[in-house]
Amino acid sequence: MKRLLILGAGTAGTMVANQLAGKLPGDWSLTVVDPAPEHLYQPDLLFVPFGMQDPGRIHRPRRPTLRSRIQWVKAGVERVEADRRRVILEDGRRFNYDLLVIASGSQIRPDETEGLLGEHWHRTIHDFYTAEGATALAGALEAFDGGRLVVNVVEMPIKCPVAPLEFLFLADEYFTRRGMRDAVELVYATPLDAAFTKPVAARHLGSLLEAKGIRVESEFNAASVDGDQRRLESYDERRIDYDLLVSVPTHMGAPFVEASGLGDELSFIPTHANTLLAADHDHVLVLGDATNLPSSKAGSVAHFQSEVVVENIQRLAAGRSPVEGFDGHSNCFIESGFGKALLIDFNYDVEPLPGEFPLPFVGPMSLLKETRRNHWGKLGFRWAYWNLLLPGRPMPVPNRMSMLGKRAA
Amino acid sequence: MPVAEYAGSQVEITEDGFLTDSSQWNTEIAESIAQGVGIPSLTDMHWKVITFCREDAAQQGQAPGLRRISKQSGVGMKELYQLFPKGPGKLAARVAGLPKPKSCV
Repeated sequence: MKRLLILGAGTAGTMVANQLAGKLPGDWSLTVVDPAPEHLYQPDLLFVPFGMQDPGRIHRPRRPTLRSRIQWVKAGVERVEADRRRVILEDGRRFNYDLLVIASGSQIRPDETEGLLGEHWHRTIHDFYTAEGATALAGALEAFDGGRLVVNVVEMPIKCPVAPLEFLFLADEYFTRRGMRDAVELVYATPLDAAFTKPVAARHLGSLLEAKGIRVESEFNAASVDGDQRRLESYDERRIDYDLLVSVPTHMGAPFVEASGLGDELSFIPTHANTLLAADHDHVLVLGDATNLPSSKAGSVAHFQSEVVVENIQRLAAGRSPVEGFDGHSNCFIESGFGKALLIDFNYDVEPLPGEFPLPFVGPMSLLKETRRNHWGKLGFRWAYWNLLLPGRPMPVPNRMSMLGKRAA
Repeated sequence: MPVAEYAGSQVEITEDGFLTDSSQWNTEIAESIAQGVGIPSLTDMHWKVITFCREDAAQQGQAPGLRRISKQSGVGMKELYQLFPKGPGKLAARVAGLPKPKSCV
């Protein structure tokens, strides 16, 4: 019996496991290691702070999300000994493997910035990247009676690079509906030199921020927070005072990555951009937020990557060479408030462009444009996630990015 | 591709001002690029960073990111911002004649 071992049962790990459960020959066993008893739908974390989603409804028990052929080991990973093809778990158990998929994701590390954690954390300094954080923030927003709300991205990369913008757009809607928008100053402090990392999208999103009265402090590299003074300070001594700080802290890969000597300075694993093989090990594949790739850390990216990983695992299992199948494709909805959303579709080589998706003219989604249909698309996605994506059923979206339907800026 | 003149030599640069051919770089060109971006002269600390960046890039195949520079060069974050104001990762790479560090989307 040969073993495929998958570390992490988040979006990426679960998709790969379920897809391969239907494809790997019977002489292979599939084992997934993840300590969390439930699967979290991360996109809903954006909605929880605004009362648009109930925090009690964003998790589902894990076992039913994994096909019955898959063995789920409910434990944490201590380290990977890639040279010996084995993994050591936190409880001491050892698993040898023939092929390894690392899908251990990324996590926020507020401890990396002086002053984030401590007595003010989840009181006047918040995050919405954890269920706990988003829930606490919902309470703080409800009780907020005016002042300056600052959203700060500490450094890149982060999961879902558009989420901080979505948060600000939704905050604009939230306070408007409460009849207190004039009492709130919304500020976006970002290390980027524009609203987004790519110029065409940056222009569109920048205009939206301006139209909604959201101030942007760009090239802001946060060094520390003084929670008593309620002051955010950059490395070049710029200061932003706040009444409520929503921090998107430094992101790093899982701790076992460092313990295993596998990752870079942020514990992201060097990965081949197109085959998704680990740079240094030919029997290890990496996908999702755990890689060091410049593609976005997003569920759609994990989905497109999963198809390539599934193909390449089958090839490696059959003694064939892997294909360079992944093109960096990413497809993201951006909630822009008041029942509308934008959609962006891009890859390693092509930045987000205007147009329609997936079909020219017909769409039905519009690229880089606020529409209600896009918003319904984002909400409808919840169903697609649990019922199509996660179980490994086909999605009506091409794997590689297509120029069909796109226009020059 | 645009062309710029540094220390009497004509070199091809990208739209963002990075050398397209890293082998054309030399210390005089570095000083000239630095002056062009508002760093009047390069001190020993500047050179410590520049040297690290060039050596690391040669080994790793890409210009080091800011976190890597601060962890491995021995020059801390705060000081990097003083030496290479605003975007030290990008600025140090530019002065060091390296390509723009790959950013994420």
